[in-house]
Amino acid sequence: MGKEYETVIGLEVHVELATKTKIFCGCSTEFGKEPNSHTCPVCTGMPGSLPVLNRQVLEYAIAVGLATNCDITRYGKFDRKNYFYPDNPQNYQISQLYLPICRNGGVEIETKEGGKKTVGIHEIHMEEDAGKLIHDEWEDCTLVDYNRSGVPLIEIVSEPDMRSAEEVIAYLEKLRLIIQYLGASDCKLQEGSMRADVNLSVREAGSQEFGTRTEMKNLNSFKAITRAIEGEKERQIDLLEEGRKVIQETRRWDDAKGESYAMRSKEDAQDYRYFPDPDLVPIVVSDEMLDEIRAKQPEFRTEKMKRYKEEYNIPDYDIEIITGEKRMADIFEETVAVCNQPKKVSNWLMGETLRLMKEKEVDAADLRFSPENLAKLIELNDTGVINNTVAKEVFEVMFDSDVSPEKYVEEHGLKSVNDEGALRKTIEAVIAENPQSVEDYRSGKEKAIGFLVGQTMKAMKGKADPAMVNKILKELL
Amino acid sequence: MALLDMTATELAAAIKEGKTTAVDALNEVFERIEAKEDTYHCYVTIDKEGALKQAEAVQRQIESGELSGALAGVPVAIKDNMCIKGMLTTCSSKILGNFVPTYSAEAVINLQKAGAVIIGKTNMDEFAMGSTTETSAFGATKNPWNTDCVPGGSSGGSAAAIAAGECFYALGSDTGGSIRQPAAYCGIVGMKPTYGLVSRYGLIAYGSSLDQIGPMSQDVTDCAAILQTIASHDAKDSTSVSTQDTDYMSALEEDVKGLRIGIPKDYFGEGLDEDVKSAVLHASEILREKGAIVEEFNLSLVDYAIPTYYTIAAAEASSNLERFDGIKYGYRTKDFNGLHNMYKKTRSEGFGEEVKRRIMLGSFVLSSGYYDAYYLKALKVKALIKKAFDDAFSKYDIILGPVAPTTAPQLGSSLSDPIKMYLGDIYTIAVNLAGLPAISLPCGKDRNGLPIGLQLIGDCFTEKKLLRTAYTYEKARGAFGKAMEQTGKAAALPEKEGM
Repeated sequence: MGKEYETVIGLEVHVELATKTKIFCGCSTEFGKEPNSHTCPVCTGMPGSLPVLNRQVLEYAIAVGLATNCDITRYGKFDRKNYFYPDNPQNYQISQLYLPICRNGGVEIETKEGGKKTVGIHEIHMEEDAGKLIHDEWEDCTLVDYNRSGVPLIEIVSEPDMRSAEEVIAYLEKLRLIIQYLGASDCKLQEGSMRADVNLSVREAGSQEFGTRTEMKNLNSFKAITRAIEGEKERQIDLLEEGRKVIQETRRWDDAKGESYAMRSKEDAQDYRYFPDPDLVPIVVSDEMLDEIRAKQPEFRTEKMKRYKEEYNIPDYDIEIITGEKRMADIFEETVAVCNQPKKVSNWLMGETLRLMKEKEVDAADLRFSPENLAKLIELNDTGVINNTVAKEVFEVMFDSDVSPEKYVEEHGLKSVNDEGALRKTIEAVIAENPQSVEDYRSGKEKAIGFLVGQTMKAMKGKADPAMVNKILKELL
Repeated sequence: MALLDMTATELAAAIKEGKTTAVDALNEVFERIEAKEDTYHCYVTIDKEGALKQAEAVQRQIESGELSGALAGVPVAIKDNMCIKGMLTTCSSKILGNFVPTYSAEAVINLQKAGAVIIGKTNMDEFAMGSTTETSAFGATKNPWNTDCVPGGSSGGSAAAIAAGECFYALGSDTGGSIRQPAAYCGIVGMKPTYGLVSRYGLIAYGSSLDQIGPMSQDVTDCAAILQTIASHDAKDSTSVSTQDTDYMSALEEDVKGLRIGIPKDYFGEGLDEDVKSAVLHASEILREKGAIVEEFNLSLVDYAIPTYYTIAAAEASSNLERFDGIKYGYRTKDFNGLHNMYKKTRSEGFGEEVKRRIMLGSFVLSSGYYDAYYLKALKVKALIKKAFDDAFSKYDIILGPVAPTTAPQLGSSLSDPIKMYLGDIYTIAVNLAGLPAISLPCGKDRNGLPIGLQLIGDCFTEKKLLRTAYTYEKARGAFGKAMEQTGKAAALPEKEGM
């Protein structure tokens, strides 16, 4: 019988912070602009340029540290990590090794079995991102875009406390929500604003010693992370079963192929010659600064879920989904604040919003419609100005471009026709044109009325109130 | 009075009074440069056209009353490790041989705002690594007092240009004595301000925690005027300090009554030239006569300053110079095979021997397994050296001593023995390690007629006290004379060894 193995996992999570400007200069962090348009002497490593710390980066890092129960380092420093690569204009990255801003924290996750467990956070440090290399096949040369150079990152290093892919995903979800709630980042894995490297080793169940670990990179989705963990676990167990050794190395995950390959082994590890950056003054975190950041901490998910239950009386499942994305929760609360109809707002979010997000592949963070417009739409629907079908149609337009529902309904003539005389005339015509359906209905096939309602709505271009159509139809039949 | 005999502040006053113009002064300087530059080689870049335009513009501003500062209209030379927008900035290195910055150093901008006319960029030891200006990739600068001798370094071009009358004043930078030592060798005044007083933005870094830009001038009055102009808080430099009273001209008074001056016995031991020793002690006597209380004391830790300095400065330099890789600007090797080979060849060909020596030394002391034993230990010793100075300044206002153990050595005599060259920095580098201000000013000549420098060291941000002491001494000493008055060689040098 085969041996039982335990998987031991620790994560290194990089999060791009949502500051307007870079960590050590005033350049914009905006994504997707023309190459090298957001650069200056500092973020391109020009001789004589000097870094100056963006205070917002420090505040975000501390806020994340407080929310993950870390000790905040009151006297910290930045260190230089020296290595040559063209995406790194100074040939050193400004990071933190010796005195990272946060240490000794942890977050609670729910396990598969329904229990709770704490995943420890070893440290959180601040650092700068590198530029981007672009290979030009046509000219056969490599070009560098330094727009990303100097974009602020925090790296959250966990303890090796996770034992399965489920726990890893639960931990990442927890981090993502905390950071999103803080507004410190949008935490999108696909776009790289949240990146996770997985350190994994296996050992015989019951063993106290850790096995040799590998580090897995290039994981761009929760699915990829799960697959990579399963794959690496099996690879390592196979090696051990064959009596071979796991080599300490960095591996790159190829999600398309569903396998990983070795990038570099420990023997190739560079000596980064870390030392405190003499261009930056020590980071001193005062009591006042800590108090200020603490006072600004938002309501996190657990508290929010509790409050929603008490205040809004909506289903637990809705609460779970809505609070699962900061932007959703914001839209929910702001819309309710205008229209005071929590159930209806929740229905719009749980129904049409989720449907369209899936259909159009839109992240919650990118939802565009405003709470004011959603509230207005609900009001128009409630007061019978538009029917449900029209409301859905208008919502879809709002979803794409946040138009004013009132204006849109007006401009496109979508108001329900409540002129009974006109409606009656149309229905009479529909009855005259569809004798078979009339016959069916009269002979007891109640469903036949649905067809007649449909025909009427079609003739009215969808603008009639279905309830009224039903009522008149029944009268006339 | 001939224009070239004027100090910078005298010239500015003459221009303001309409006795001469910024353009006339500049033309005189260019005449002098044409006559002497081939001999001394003070400059890497001379921007005649740009300087003339600047002089004309500044002259108009002076006449319209927009500019009236103590340096308005005066031609200045800038050490070639300070960036000037649109002007070649090389650090006297092949690797930056084609580098033209798109921005100017903050200190340079401050001078330009005050109406400075920039003549060009002065020669230096490559990346400020050296004590003789011989490690420049563009050839050595010669000492105007004796062209067989070095001008000192690394700001040797700036010092020689002032001594030769090829500019009225200059900016230098001082990491371990690079302003004060060439000032001493060339018979001029040079000051290293407190770390953080002058912005380092745009100064191409050598040892970031030690580098400081400072004035080089004909006399103490000019020095105060320059410092007053370049000292500023700069949000672009994290290590720049704010809230300092920078009215340094107001400190120029002849008054040292009751001033406590300490002379470190450890600065007068073995290796100090007898002529230098007696000139420096004579200067202390003059200050005593003027009312200062002068006494000897033990500074301690002096012997540790050199290894500490060469560990920290080299470590920082090894990292600071990583950006010179042939990717973004500067020299790139012609033929290469892949990225790694490009880096290797570019840097092997682009850097000179002394720079490579310090990069290797710095990389070694930072490498894993040696970091604690070398770099971290050096930082601890640095803190102890600072403490030794703190103790001294609890008893004294000013510490007085020599700048260098000898006067200017002969060209070619230093580079063959780097350790000996490093030992020549013994009296200057502790000041950088402790972040203190210090001034070097002429206090005599040796038996061969070469200038001797007096060093006054103050506590952090006591530049005013330092300037007042230096000014008092300078007045008592009287005129020192200029190199350009010398005809040919000052005096016969002793026969070179082995000749």
